[in-house]
Amino acid sequence: MKVAVCVSHVPDTATKVKIGQDEKHIDPAGVVFIINPYDEFAVEEALKTKEKFGGEVVAISVGNDNSKETLRKALAMGVDKGILLKTDKSLDSVGIAKALAEELKNQQFDIVFMGKQSVDYDDSIVGQLTSEFLGYSCISNAVYLNIEGQKVIAEREIEGGKEVVESELPVVITTQKGLNEPRYASLKGIMASKKKEILEKPIVETTNHTEVVKMRKPAAKQPGRIIGTDVSAVPELVKLLHEEAKVI
Amino acid sequence: METETKKIEALKGGEFLTKDSDPQSVFIPEDISEEQKLMADAAREFVEKEILPKLDAIDHQEPGLTVSLMEKAGELGLLGAAVPAEYGGLGEDFNTNTFLSMEIGASHSFGVSFAAHTGIGTLPILYYGTAEQKQKYLPKLASGEMKAAYCLTEPTSGSDALSAKTTAKLSDDGKYYILNGQKMWITNGGFADILITFAQVDGDKFTCFVIDTKSEGFTRGKEEDKMGIKGSSTRALFLDNVKVPKENILGEIGKGHYIAFNVLNVGRFKLCAMTTGGAKKFISIAVNYANERKQFGKTIASFGAIKYKLAEQAIRVFVSESATLRTSGLIKDKVSELLAKGSNYSQAVITAAEEYGIESAMLKVFGSEMLDYVVDEAVQIFGGYGYSEEYPAARAYRDSRINRIFEGTNEINRLLTVDMLVKRSMKGRLDLMGPAMAIQKELMSVPSFGDKPTGLLALELEAIRNAKKAILMIAGSAVQKFMMKLGDEQEIIMNVTDMLIEVFTSESAILRTQKLSSRKNEEEILPYLEMTQVYVSDSLERINLYGKHAIASFTEGDELKMLMLGLKRYVKFDPVNTTKLRRDIAGRLIEANKYCF
Repeated sequence: MKVAVCVSHVPDTATKVKIGQDEKHIDPAGVVFIINPYDEFAVEEALKTKEKFGGEVVAISVGNDNSKETLRKALAMGVDKGILLKTDKSLDSVGIAKALAEELKNQQFDIVFMGKQSVDYDDSIVGQLTSEFLGYSCISNAVYLNIEGQKVIAEREIEGGKEVVESELPVVITTQKGLNEPRYASLKGIMASKKKEILEKPIVETTNHTEVVKMRKPAAKQPGRIIGTDVSAVPELVKLLHEEAKVI
Repeated sequence: METETKKIEALKGGEFLTKDSDPQSVFIPEDISEEQKLMADAAREFVEKEILPKLDAIDHQEPGLTVSLMEKAGELGLLGAAVPAEYGGLGEDFNTNTFLSMEIGASHSFGVSFAAHTGIGTLPILYYGTAEQKQKYLPKLASGEMKAAYCLTEPTSGSDALSAKTTAKLSDDGKYYILNGQKMWITNGGFADILITFAQVDGDKFTCFVIDTKSEGFTRGKEEDKMGIKGSSTRALFLDNVKVPKENILGEIGKGHYIAFNVLNVGRFKLCAMTTGGAKKFISIAVNYANERKQFGKTIASFGAIKYKLAEQAIRVFVSESATLRTSGLIKDKVSELLAKGSNYSQAVITAAEEYGIESAMLKVFGSEMLDYVVDEAVQIFGGYGYSEEYPAARAYRDSRINRIFEGTNEINRLLTVDMLVKRSMKGRLDLMGPAMAIQKELMSVPSFGDKPTGLLALELEAIRNAKKAILMIAGSAVQKFMMKLGDEQEIIMNVTDMLIEVFTSESAILRTQKLSSRKNEEEILPYLEMTQVYVSDSLERINLYGKHAIASFTEGDELKMLMLGLKRYVKFDPVNTTKLRRDIAGRLIEANKYCF
């Protein structure tokens, strides 16, 4: 089985992000970058698929040289080979999906995994777009997966429940938390990853469909409010949680 | 084209006292390679995902938990990082292992179990085992299949380890030794499969054995109820006519003390690496809380009194990390040099660790006291919540305390530091006499009021260079006065070691910042520069105080006057606005909401 896993290099959600001077990008100084957490589920599932059916897992990332760090992490987890589709431009989801599809179609992958979204721009659509450009089926938000022959059975997480779907290879699967427990990169895996290759290729020229005009930080968090200190406050609390906070 | 390369002589153990170092030759944390970073990240991930969520269960000694976590660490390769590949490990170099130790340092009790297994539990076999012994034990120790403990201490022999009473008697058929005795405070005692144990053969031949805990006659005492590191297994172990096959002797009969002490050289170094890594984590916890907690309508992080604490915590960790990695680099280079000369791996590591035994003893003291400062102030920043076990500061506080006690108490390590220096000087390994004489001469001359040196931290470096002279002056006078009886003057020795630690750590911070300055712009280097400035300025004050204590204790009249003049001359330093600098340093921590240097 030829398995691809698309990984993206994103700021650690725990780091404080500052907006750069141009107000269109974040200021990368002091920001720790990590492999997109949803992509870790994709890597794990790709490795499990290979362990079951044999074959090869290739990790692909679109980005600048820094993305190699994330590719290395995937290699250390057990992926066989990395491809960096190199660009210094910031691409929107369409641009990224086109670049990925162009590379993926040359290599005839049976299955392509990627996280259901990247935690940087949260567009949540690169998987679906990629499948469209490739002419593959797409199962998004997968929390369970079983492949039998050409048949792919998956469970998708939907509002309030799960949806069981069937499809056929080749397919693009976008992965959601719950699908698996990503393995650690072992120290041995890290050492072995040194000998694995990261191929660098230029991306195909794509044009963005959207342009970032401005980035803004959200308004500062409002301080908490004390409504009351005994049981008499409960009705008011319930009302506020329902109407104002909209959490119940 | 011919290029001239400047040959940099590596600093020998203890030579920091009399020689300068080239910043470019010093290993600094920022020299971490991409692979080392990945490995450190893997270790951190392991600690954050596997250990930290289970701290309560670990501390309650949930049956089998620590053992299973050790095995998991083994699967990841963490237990065998220092074990050569031919014995099932990864054969990573000394620096990589230092980075790993720093990460594991944040894991509370688990870190203690881990360190006992990988350090004093595994290294004796790695360093002193025969090929058969290595093949038999190391692959299983590296994978975690087998867990190890180190048994040196006994009820009546702690710091005075060689007075151990456990006996080993050769059996009548000459095939095995029969061991009898009791061992105390044995980390991993509750589950260890093998024990690195010391016993007296024929009454006085201190010898090291590997004991299988399945042996008949071996029993474990109950778990000690400890102040901290409650999750680590600590027990008394009893040997009642335990038969140990002759081939389980490690090293030579009567040479157990080589093993005991050489392994501790590495252990002391690693302890400092672990305390440094742990301290970073606790600073982050403290900053985090200070940024959340509001009093008088403001976060407590905005108050100067709290800023002072945060800054001082960070400064000490920064300095500790600088000194740790500097020493790590020296040991690693020495190992490489010896290997290149044809030495085998074990011999190379033993020799290198012994070479920097002075530095390791100082680091052990510094690291454990640094961590105690950090956790103590963490409790203080948490206020009342710091005293509650529901918040993380209390556990950090309790768990830190043992570091000043095990791996040789800090008092023993202070004594050892000076003892090793004096012995090396007498053996001609280290030239202290030459520089000491030069200082006596210099003291007779008029101080030069020439131009002050310029450059990044040049004044600080000059001041530390002078402080070294103060130490040589005081220590030299004390040696002259007490000669062979200096050992009885423990207070003076403590003072001298404290001064030595100050100059070694100060210099390490200066060298790191200087080396970094070639990679960073002015704004980026500022945090490092400021931490170094505060530390050196305070350090000189402390050196002055220790020096004064020492001088006043053994001199009077003209001699006292002369030495005090010398001290004053050598620790002179213009006042620094450390309040402003500490506010700046704290500001960076507050902004990053974590330890960020």
